[in-house]
Amino acid sequence: MNPIALSNLDLALAAGLVLVHAALSLALSLGLGRQLIIAVSRMVIQLALLGLVLQFLFETVSPWLTLLAALVMIGFAGHEAVARIGRKFRGAWGHGIGTVSVLVAAMLIISYALTTQIQPDPWYHPRYAIPLLGMVLGNTLTGVSLGLNTLTATAARERVAIEAQLALGATIWRAMRPTLREAMRSGLIPIINAMVATGLIAIPGMMTGQILAGASPETAIRYQMLVMFMIAGGTGIGVFAAVYAGTWRLTDARHRLRLDRLAEARTD
Amino acid sequence: MSLRLRGLTARGLAPFDFELGSGECVAVMGPSGSGKSVLLRAIADLDPNEGTAALDGEDRAAMTGPDWRRRIGYLAPVPGWWADRVGAHFPDREAARPIIEALGFETGAFDWPVARLSTGEGQRLALARMLVGAPKALLLDEPTGAVDEASRDAVEVLLKARLASGVPILIVTHDSEQARRLAKRALKIDKGAVHEGHP
Repeated sequence: MNPIALSNLDLALAAGLVLVHAALSLALSLGLGRQLIIAVSRMVIQLALLGLVLQFLFETVSPWLTLLAALVMIGFAGHEAVARIGRKFRGAWGHGIGTVSVLVAAMLIISYALTTQIQPDPWYHPRYAIPLLGMVLGNTLTGVSLGLNTLTATAARERVAIEAQLALGATIWRAMRPTLREAMRSGLIPIINAMVATGLIAIPGMMTGQILAGASPETAIRYQMLVMFMIAGGTGIGVFAAVYAGTWRLTDARHRLRLDRLAEARTD
Repeated sequence: MSLRLRGLTARGLAPFDFELGSGECVAVMGPSGSGKSVLLRAIADLDPNEGTAALDGEDRAAMTGPDWRRRIGYLAPVPGWWADRVGAHFPDREAARPIIEALGFETGAFDWPVARLSTGEGQRLALARMLVGAPKALLLDEPTGAVDEASRDAVEVLLKARLASGVPILIVTHDSEQARRLAKRALKIDKGAVHEGHP
Protein backbone atom coordinates (compact mmCIF):
# COMPACT_ATOMS: atom_id res chain seq x y z
CA MET A 1 0.00 0.00 0.00
CA ASN A 2 1.36 3.42 -0.97
CA PRO A 3 0.92 6.36 1.39
CA ILE A 4 -1.68 8.98 0.44
CA ALA A 5 0.30 12.04 -0.58
CA LEU A 6 -0.65 15.32 1.12
CA SER A 7 -0.94 18.47 -1.00
CA ASN A 8 -0.13 21.99 0.19
CA LEU A 9 -3.90 22.62 0.36
CA ASP A 10 -4.28 19.67 2.76
CA LEU A 11 -1.59 21.12 5.02
CA ALA A 12 -3.15 24.59 4.83
CA LEU A 13 -6.51 23.16 5.91
CA ALA A 14 -4.84 21.40 8.86
CA ALA A 15 -3.01 24.59 9.77
CA GLY A 16 -6.43 26.23 10.06
CA LEU A 17 -6.84 24.30 13.31
CA VAL A 18 -4.21 26.54 14.83
CA LEU A 19 -6.62 29.43 14.26
CA VAL A 20 -8.91 27.87 16.88
CA HIS A 21 -5.99 27.92 19.27
CA ALA A 22 -5.29 31.56 18.39
CA ALA A 23 -8.97 32.53 18.79
CA LEU A 24 -9.07 30.95 22.25
CA SER A 25 -5.91 32.78 23.25
CA LEU A 26 -7.43 36.06 22.07
CA ALA A 27 -10.84 35.47 23.66
CA LEU A 28 -9.36 34.52 27.04
CA SER A 29 -6.64 37.22 26.90
CA LEU A 30 -3.97 34.57 27.48
CA GLY A 31 -1.31 36.68 25.80
CA LEU A 32 -0.01 33.64 23.94
CA GLY A 33 -0.52 35.02 20.42
CA ARG A 34 3.14 35.92 19.87
CA GLN A 35 4.41 32.65 21.32
CA LEU A 36 1.93 30.71 19.20
CA ILE A 37 3.05 32.42 15.99
CA ILE A 38 6.71 31.78 16.86
CA ALA A 39 6.04 28.14 17.77
CA VAL A 40 4.09 27.42 14.59
CA SER A 41 6.63 29.22 12.41
CA ARG A 42 9.53 27.41 14.04
CA MET A 43 7.85 24.04 13.63
CA VAL A 44 7.13 24.62 9.92
CA ILE A 45 10.59 26.01 9.14
CA GLN A 46 12.44 23.36 11.21
CA LEU A 47 10.53 20.49 9.60
CA ALA A 48 11.00 21.92 6.10
CA LEU A 49 14.73 22.23 6.71
CA LEU A 50 14.83 18.76 8.23
CA GLY A 51 13.18 17.41 5.08
CA LEU A 52 15.85 19.00 2.90
CA VAL A 53 18.67 17.74 5.13
CA LEU A 54 17.25 14.21 5.30
CA GLN A 55 16.77 14.14 1.52
CA PHE A 56 20.40 15.15 1.04
CA LEU A 57 21.67 12.66 3.64
CA PHE A 58 19.64 9.79 2.14
CA GLU A 59 21.07 10.51 -1.31
CA THR A 60 24.69 10.73 -0.20
CA VAL A 61 24.72 7.97 2.51
CA SER A 62 28.03 9.28 3.90
CA PRO A 63 29.18 8.10 7.37
CA TRP A 64 30.84 11.46 8.04
CA LEU A 65 27.83 13.55 7.05
CA THR A 66 25.60 11.27 9.11
CA LEU A 67 27.95 11.68 12.08
CA LEU A 68 28.01 15.45 11.58
CA ALA A 69 24.21 15.59 11.51
CA ALA A 70 24.09 13.42 14.65
CA LEU A 71 26.55 15.66 16.49
CA VAL A 72 24.60 18.79 15.57
CA MET A 73 21.41 17.17 16.88
CA ILE A 74 23.18 16.11 20.08
CA GLY A 75 24.58 19.61 20.54
CA PHE A 76 21.08 21.11 20.35
CA ALA A 77 19.74 18.39 22.64
CA GLY A 78 22.47 19.13 25.21
CA HIS A 79 21.62 22.83 25.07
CA GLU A 80 17.90 22.15 25.47
CA ALA A 81 18.56 19.71 28.32
CA VAL A 82 20.03 22.45 30.52
CA ALA A 83 18.10 25.44 29.17
CA ARG A 84 15.15 24.96 31.52
CA ILE A 85 17.09 24.14 34.69
CA GLY A 86 16.33 26.60 37.50
CA ARG A 87 19.92 26.72 38.84
CA LYS A 88 22.53 25.93 36.20
CA PHE A 89 26.14 24.94 36.81
CA ARG A 90 28.47 27.87 36.32
CA GLY A 91 30.75 28.02 33.28
CA ALA A 92 31.13 25.34 30.64
CA TRP A 93 29.94 22.67 33.06
CA GLY A 94 26.30 23.66 32.55
CA HIS A 95 26.17 22.64 28.92
CA GLY A 96 29.00 20.14 29.29
CA ILE A 97 27.16 17.82 31.67
CA GLY A 98 23.94 17.92 29.64
CA THR A 99 25.64 17.44 26.27
CA VAL A 100 28.01 14.66 27.34
CA SER A 101 25.23 12.75 29.09
CA VAL A 102 23.00 12.93 26.03
CA LEU A 103 25.94 12.09 23.73
CA VAL A 104 26.97 8.99 25.68
CA ALA A 105 23.40 7.72 25.98
CA ALA A 106 22.45 8.36 22.35
CA MET A 107 25.65 6.96 20.82
CA LEU A 108 25.56 3.77 22.90
CA ILE A 109 21.89 3.08 22.21
CA ILE A 110 21.92 3.94 18.50
CA SER A 111 25.11 1.97 17.79
CA TYR A 112 23.72 -1.02 19.67
CA ALA A 113 20.35 -0.92 17.88
CA LEU A 114 21.85 -0.40 14.42
CA THR A 115 24.49 -3.10 14.65
CA THR A 116 22.54 -5.84 16.42
CA GLN A 117 18.80 -5.40 15.78
CA ILE A 118 17.96 -3.33 12.70
CA GLN A 119 21.22 -4.02 10.82
CA PRO A 120 20.70 -1.80 7.78
CA ASP A 121 23.27 -1.86 4.97
CA PRO A 122 25.45 0.07 5.59
CA TRP A 123 24.86 0.07 9.35
CA TYR A 124 25.11 3.86 9.59
CA HIS A 125 22.47 4.42 6.86
CA PRO A 126 20.95 7.84 7.71
CA ARG A 127 17.43 6.64 6.84
CA TYR A 128 17.58 4.60 10.05
CA ALA A 129 20.24 6.31 12.15
CA ILE A 130 18.89 9.87 12.05
CA PRO A 131 15.18 9.26 12.81
CA LEU A 132 16.03 6.80 15.58
CA LEU A 133 18.53 9.25 17.04
CA GLY A 134 15.85 11.94 16.99
CA MET A 135 13.44 9.73 18.91
CA VAL A 136 16.04 8.78 21.52
CA LEU A 137 17.37 12.34 21.90
CA GLY A 138 13.94 13.91 22.36
CA ASN A 139 13.17 11.68 25.33
CA THR A 140 16.68 11.53 26.78
CA LEU A 141 16.97 15.29 26.97
CA THR A 142 13.67 15.49 28.86
CA GLY A 143 14.93 12.95 31.41
CA VAL A 144 18.34 14.64 31.72
CA SER A 145 16.72 18.04 32.14
CA LEU A 146 14.32 16.81 34.84
CA GLY A 147 17.07 14.88 36.62
CA LEU A 148 19.49 17.82 36.74
CA ASN A 149 16.78 20.27 37.72
CA THR A 150 15.71 18.06 40.65
CA LEU A 151 19.32 17.44 41.66
CA THR A 152 20.28 21.10 41.91
CA ALA A 153 16.96 22.25 43.40
CA THR A 154 16.93 19.49 46.03
CA ALA A 155 20.58 19.96 46.98
CA ALA A 156 19.94 23.69 47.51
CA ARG A 157 16.71 23.05 49.45
CA GLU A 158 18.23 20.29 51.61
CA ARG A 159 21.57 21.98 52.16
CA VAL A 160 21.21 22.19 55.95
CA ALA A 161 20.30 18.48 56.22
CA ILE A 162 23.10 17.41 53.86
CA GLU A 163 25.70 19.46 55.72
CA ALA A 164 24.44 18.19 59.08
CA GLN A 165 25.39 14.68 57.93
CA LEU A 166 28.71 15.86 56.52
CA ALA A 167 29.49 17.56 59.84
CA LEU A 168 28.98 14.22 61.58
CA GLY A 169 31.50 12.55 59.28
CA ALA A 170 29.27 11.14 56.54
CA THR A 171 30.73 10.91 53.04
CA ILE A 172 29.20 13.18 50.44
CA TRP A 173 27.74 10.15 48.62
CA ARG A 174 25.93 9.04 51.75
CA ALA A 175 24.69 12.53 52.57
CA MET A 176 23.53 13.09 48.99
CA ARG A 177 21.88 9.69 48.57
CA PRO A 178 18.24 10.84 49.03
CA THR A 179 18.86 13.80 46.73
CA LEU A 180 20.44 11.55 44.12
CA ARG A 181 17.56 9.10 44.35
CA GLU A 182 14.97 11.85 43.98
CA ALA A 183 16.79 13.25 40.94
CA MET A 184 17.01 9.82 39.29
CA ARG A 185 13.34 9.13 39.92
CA SER A 186 12.18 12.44 38.49
CA GLY A 187 14.24 11.84 35.34
CA LEU A 188 13.00 8.28 34.82
CA ILE A 189 9.33 8.51 35.76
CA PRO A 190 8.17 10.15 32.48
CA ILE A 191 9.45 7.26 30.33
CA ILE A 192 7.96 4.71 32.73
CA ASN A 193 4.60 6.53 32.51
CA ALA A 194 4.92 6.69 28.72
CA MET A 195 5.47 2.93 28.48
CA VAL A 196 2.46 2.26 30.71
CA ALA A 197 0.24 4.48 28.55
CA THR A 198 1.52 3.30 25.16
CA GLY A 199 -1.02 1.29 23.21
CA LEU A 200 -3.72 1.76 25.81
CA ILE A 201 -4.16 5.49 26.19
CA ALA A 202 -1.86 6.79 23.48
CA ILE A 203 -0.96 5.51 20.02
CA PRO A 204 2.59 6.77 19.48
CA GLY A 205 3.25 9.18 16.65
CA MET A 206 5.94 7.06 15.07
CA MET A 207 3.70 4.00 14.90
CA THR A 208 0.82 6.08 13.53
CA GLY A 209 3.16 7.51 10.90
CA GLN A 210 4.30 4.05 9.83
CA ILE A 211 0.74 2.75 9.51
CA LEU A 212 -0.33 5.83 7.53
CA ALA A 213 2.71 5.28 5.30
CA GLY A 214 1.54 1.75 4.48
CA ALA A 215 3.34 -0.48 6.96
CA SER A 216 1.41 -3.38 8.49
CA PRO A 217 0.31 -2.90 12.12
CA GLU A 218 2.60 -5.78 13.13
CA THR A 219 5.68 -4.16 11.59
CA ALA A 220 4.71 -0.78 13.06
CA ILE A 221 4.23 -2.31 16.50
CA ARG A 222 7.57 -4.12 16.36
CA TYR A 223 9.32 -0.87 15.44
CA GLN A 224 7.43 0.95 18.17
CA MET A 225 8.51 -1.60 20.77
CA LEU A 226 12.09 -1.34 19.58
CA VAL A 227 11.96 2.44 19.81
CA MET A 228 10.41 2.34 23.29
CA PHE A 229 13.15 -0.02 24.47
CA MET A 230 15.76 2.28 22.97
CA ILE A 231 14.19 5.36 24.55
CA ALA A 232 13.95 3.67 27.96
CA GLY A 233 17.57 2.53 27.73
CA GLY A 234 18.80 5.89 26.46
CA THR A 235 16.91 7.83 29.10
CA GLY A 236 18.24 5.53 31.82
CA ILE A 237 21.85 5.94 30.72
CA GLY A 238 21.46 9.69 30.12
CA VAL A 239 19.79 10.40 33.48
CA PHE A 240 22.29 8.20 35.35
CA ALA A 241 25.25 9.92 33.68
CA ALA A 242 23.84 13.43 34.16
CA VAL A 243 22.82 12.98 37.80
CA TYR A 244 26.14 11.37 38.79
CA ALA A 245 28.20 13.91 36.85
CA GLY A 246 26.09 16.68 38.38
CA THR A 247 26.59 15.29 41.89
CA TRP A 248 30.32 14.99 41.27
CA ARG A 249 30.40 18.65 40.23
CA LEU A 250 28.24 19.73 43.19
CA THR A 251 30.75 18.23 45.60
CA ASP A 252 34.53 18.09 45.93
CA ALA A 253 37.33 15.80 47.01
CA ARG A 254 37.03 17.00 50.64
CA HIS A 255 33.40 15.80 50.68
CA ARG A 256 31.94 19.30 50.74
CA LEU A 257 28.69 20.50 49.20
CA ARG A 258 29.62 23.12 46.58
CA LEU A 259 26.48 25.12 45.89
CA ASP A 260 28.82 27.99 44.95
CA ARG A 261 29.30 26.14 41.66
CA LEU A 262 25.69 26.87 40.74
CA ALA A 263 24.50 30.11 39.21
CA GLU A 264 21.80 32.11 40.97
CA ALA A 265 18.26 30.80 40.66
CA ARG A 266 16.20 32.09 37.75
CA THR A 267 13.51 34.48 38.84
CA ASP A 268 11.18 34.09 35.82
CA MET B 1 43.87 17.46 72.90
CA SER B 2 44.75 20.70 71.14
CA LEU B 3 43.70 22.41 67.94
CA ARG B 4 46.31 24.34 65.96
CA LEU B 5 45.52 26.64 63.02
CA ARG B 6 48.16 28.21 60.77
CA GLY B 7 47.37 30.80 58.11
CA LEU B 8 43.75 29.73 58.01
CA THR B 9 41.72 31.79 55.57
CA ALA B 10 38.36 31.47 53.82
CA ARG B 11 35.88 33.66 51.97
CA GLY B 12 36.17 37.14 53.49
CA LEU B 13 38.32 35.96 56.40
CA ALA B 14 41.87 37.29 56.77
CA PRO B 15 44.56 34.63 57.38
CA PHE B 16 45.34 34.05 61.05
CA ASP B 17 47.20 31.71 63.41
CA PHE B 18 45.59 30.31 66.52
CA GLU B 19 46.03 27.57 69.08
CA LEU B 20 43.36 26.10 71.32
CA GLY B 21 44.77 24.15 74.24
CA SER B 22 43.49 20.96 75.82
CA GLY B 23 40.30 21.58 77.82
CA GLU B 24 40.28 25.24 76.85
CA CYS B 25 37.22 27.18 75.74
CA VAL B 26 37.53 30.24 73.54
CA ALA B 27 34.54 32.44 72.70
CA VAL B 28 34.19 33.70 69.15
CA MET B 29 32.53 37.09 69.20
CA GLY B 30 31.67 39.85 66.79
CA PRO B 31 28.77 41.52 65.04
CA SER B 32 26.44 39.56 62.76
CA GLY B 33 28.00 38.96 59.36
CA SER B 34 31.55 39.57 60.62
CA GLY B 35 32.72 36.05 59.70
CA LYS B 36 32.22 33.98 62.87
CA SER B 37 30.33 31.19 61.11
CA VAL B 38 32.76 31.34 58.17
CA LEU B 39 35.60 30.71 60.62
CA LEU B 40 33.97 27.65 62.20
CA ARG B 41 32.93 26.20 58.82
CA ALA B 42 36.47 26.71 57.53
CA ILE B 43 37.97 24.82 60.49
CA ALA B 44 35.39 22.03 59.97
CA ASP B 45 36.42 22.05 56.28
CA LEU B 46 32.82 22.48 55.12
CA ASP B 47 33.75 25.37 52.81
CA PRO B 48 36.83 25.86 50.61
CA ASN B 49 39.64 27.34 52.70
CA GLU B 50 43.41 27.63 52.84
CA GLY B 51 45.94 27.18 55.58
CA THR B 52 46.62 24.27 57.87
CA ALA B 53 44.72 22.79 60.77
CA ALA B 54 45.87 20.03 63.08
CA LEU B 55 44.26 18.25 65.99
CA ASP B 56 46.64 16.69 68.50
CA GLY B 57 49.41 16.99 65.91
CA GLU B 58 47.38 15.17 63.25
CA ASP B 59 47.31 17.29 60.12
CA ARG B 60 43.91 17.80 58.52
CA ALA B 61 45.41 17.49 55.02
CA ALA B 62 46.61 13.99 55.83
CA MET B 63 43.09 12.66 56.27
CA THR B 64 39.80 12.72 54.35
CA GLY B 65 37.14 15.34 55.02
CA PRO B 66 34.83 12.84 56.77
CA ASP B 67 37.69 11.55 58.97
CA TRP B 68 38.53 15.11 60.03
CA ARG B 69 34.90 15.95 60.75
CA ARG B 70 34.45 12.83 62.86
CA ARG B 71 37.25 14.16 65.07
CA ILE B 72 36.01 17.76 65.05
CA GLY B 73 32.42 18.17 66.21
CA TYR B 74 30.79 21.06 64.35
CA LEU B 75 27.36 22.27 65.38
CA ALA B 76 25.57 24.58 62.93
CA PRO B 77 23.36 27.41 64.21
CA VAL B 78 20.37 25.83 62.46
CA PRO B 79 20.05 22.07 62.98
CA GLY B 80 19.53 19.87 59.93
CA TRP B 81 17.42 16.69 59.89
CA TRP B 82 17.30 14.02 57.23
CA ALA B 83 14.62 11.68 58.60
CA ASP B 84 11.10 12.18 59.92
CA ARG B 85 11.67 10.95 63.49
CA VAL B 86 14.24 12.09 66.03
CA GLY B 87 15.35 8.52 66.77
CA ALA B 88 16.47 7.93 63.18
CA HIS B 89 19.27 10.46 63.79
CA PHE B 90 20.63 8.45 66.71
CA PRO B 91 21.83 5.05 65.44
CA ASP B 92 23.28 4.23 68.88
CA ARG B 93 20.42 5.04 71.29
CA GLU B 94 22.13 3.53 74.30
CA ALA B 95 25.05 5.91 73.91
CA ALA B 96 22.69 8.82 73.28
CA ARG B 97 20.37 8.22 76.25
CA PRO B 98 22.52 9.77 79.03
CA ILE B 99 23.28 12.79 76.86
CA ILE B 100 19.70 13.58 75.93
CA GLU B 101 18.63 13.02 79.53
CA ALA B 102 21.31 15.45 80.69
CA LEU B 103 19.80 17.96 78.27
CA GLY B 104 16.35 17.57 79.78
CA PHE B 105 14.73 15.06 77.44
CA GLU B 106 13.11 11.73 78.23
CA THR B 107 13.85 8.71 76.07
CA GLY B 108 10.39 9.12 74.50
CA ALA B 109 11.94 12.00 72.56
CA PHE B 110 13.36 9.43 70.13
CA ASP B 111 9.82 8.88 68.83
CA TRP B 112 9.08 12.57 68.32
CA PRO B 113 8.50 13.78 64.78
CA VAL B 114 11.20 16.24 63.78
CA ALA B 115 8.60 18.57 62.27
CA ARG B 116 7.15 19.25 65.75
CA LEU B 117 10.44 20.19 67.44
CA SER B 118 10.70 23.76 68.69
CA THR B 119 13.84 25.64 67.64
CA GLY B 120 15.34 25.19 71.09
CA GLU B 121 14.56 21.46 71.25
CA GLY B 122 16.09 21.06 67.81
CA GLN B 123 19.27 22.83 68.89
CA ARG B 124 19.69 20.70 72.01
CA LEU B 125 18.97 17.44 70.19
CA ALA B 126 21.42 18.38 67.44
CA LEU B 127 24.04 19.03 70.13
CA ALA B 128 23.30 15.63 71.69
CA ARG B 129 23.54 13.95 68.27
CA MET B 130 26.96 15.48 67.75
CA LEU B 131 28.24 14.61 71.25
CA VAL B 132 27.33 10.92 70.81
CA GLY B 133 30.24 10.60 68.39
CA ALA B 134 32.63 11.79 71.17
CA PRO B 135 34.53 14.30 69.01
CA LYS B 136 37.97 15.38 70.22
CA ALA B 137 37.23 19.10 69.80
CA LEU B 138 34.00 21.09 69.52
CA LEU B 139 33.08 23.94 67.19
CA LEU B 140 29.74 25.33 68.37
CA ASP B 141 27.89 28.04 66.45
CA GLU B 142 25.42 29.64 68.86
CA PRO B 143 24.41 26.37 70.55
CA THR B 144 22.03 28.11 72.97
CA GLY B 145 20.79 30.89 70.70
CA ALA B 146 17.16 29.77 70.98
CA VAL B 147 16.95 27.87 74.27
CA ASP B 148 15.44 28.94 77.60
CA GLU B 149 17.53 29.65 80.69
CA ALA B 150 17.17 26.20 82.28
CA SER B 151 18.10 24.44 79.05
CA ARG B 152 21.01 26.81 78.52
CA ASP B 153 22.32 25.92 81.99
CA ALA B 154 22.00 22.20 81.16
CA VAL B 155 23.96 22.73 77.94
CA GLU B 156 26.69 24.61 79.80
CA VAL B 157 26.99 21.88 82.43
CA LEU B 158 27.47 19.36 79.64
CA LEU B 159 30.06 21.54 77.92
CA LYS B 160 31.97 22.07 81.17
CA ALA B 161 32.14 18.30 81.62
CA ARG B 162 33.65 17.99 78.14
CA LEU B 163 36.17 20.73 78.96
CA ALA B 164 37.10 18.93 82.15
CA SER B 165 37.87 15.81 80.14
CA GLY B 166 40.29 17.79 77.95
CA VAL B 167 38.08 18.53 74.95
CA PRO B 168 38.80 22.05 73.59
CA ILE B 169 35.79 24.17 72.58
CA LEU B 170 35.42 27.10 70.20
CA ILE B 171 32.00 28.66 70.79
CA VAL B 172 30.29 31.42 68.83
CA THR B 173 28.03 33.40 71.13
CA HIS B 174 26.36 36.79 71.30
CA ASP B 175 25.85 36.31 75.04
CA SER B 176 28.80 37.99 76.76
CA GLU B 177 27.77 36.50 80.12
CA GLN B 178 27.91 33.02 78.65
CA ALA B 179 31.28 33.82 77.08
CA ARG B 180 32.63 34.82 80.49
CA ARG B 181 31.17 31.74 82.18
CA LEU B 182 32.79 29.33 79.74
CA ALA B 183 35.85 31.04 78.29
CA LYS B 184 38.91 32.94 79.45
CA ARG B 185 39.98 33.98 75.97
CA ALA B 186 38.04 35.32 73.01
CA LEU B 187 38.53 35.62 69.29
CA LYS B 188 36.98 38.88 68.18
CA ILE B 189 36.11 39.12 64.52
CA ASP B 190 35.32 42.32 62.75
CA LYS B 191 34.89 42.50 58.97
CA GLY B 192 36.86 39.29 58.54
CA ALA B 193 39.84 40.34 60.68
CA VAL B 194 40.51 38.07 63.69
CA HIS B 195 41.99 39.45 66.95
CA GLU B 196 42.56 37.77 70.26
CA GLY B 197 41.06 39.31 73.39
CA HIS B 198 39.02 38.65 76.47
CA PRO B 199 35.32 37.85 76.62
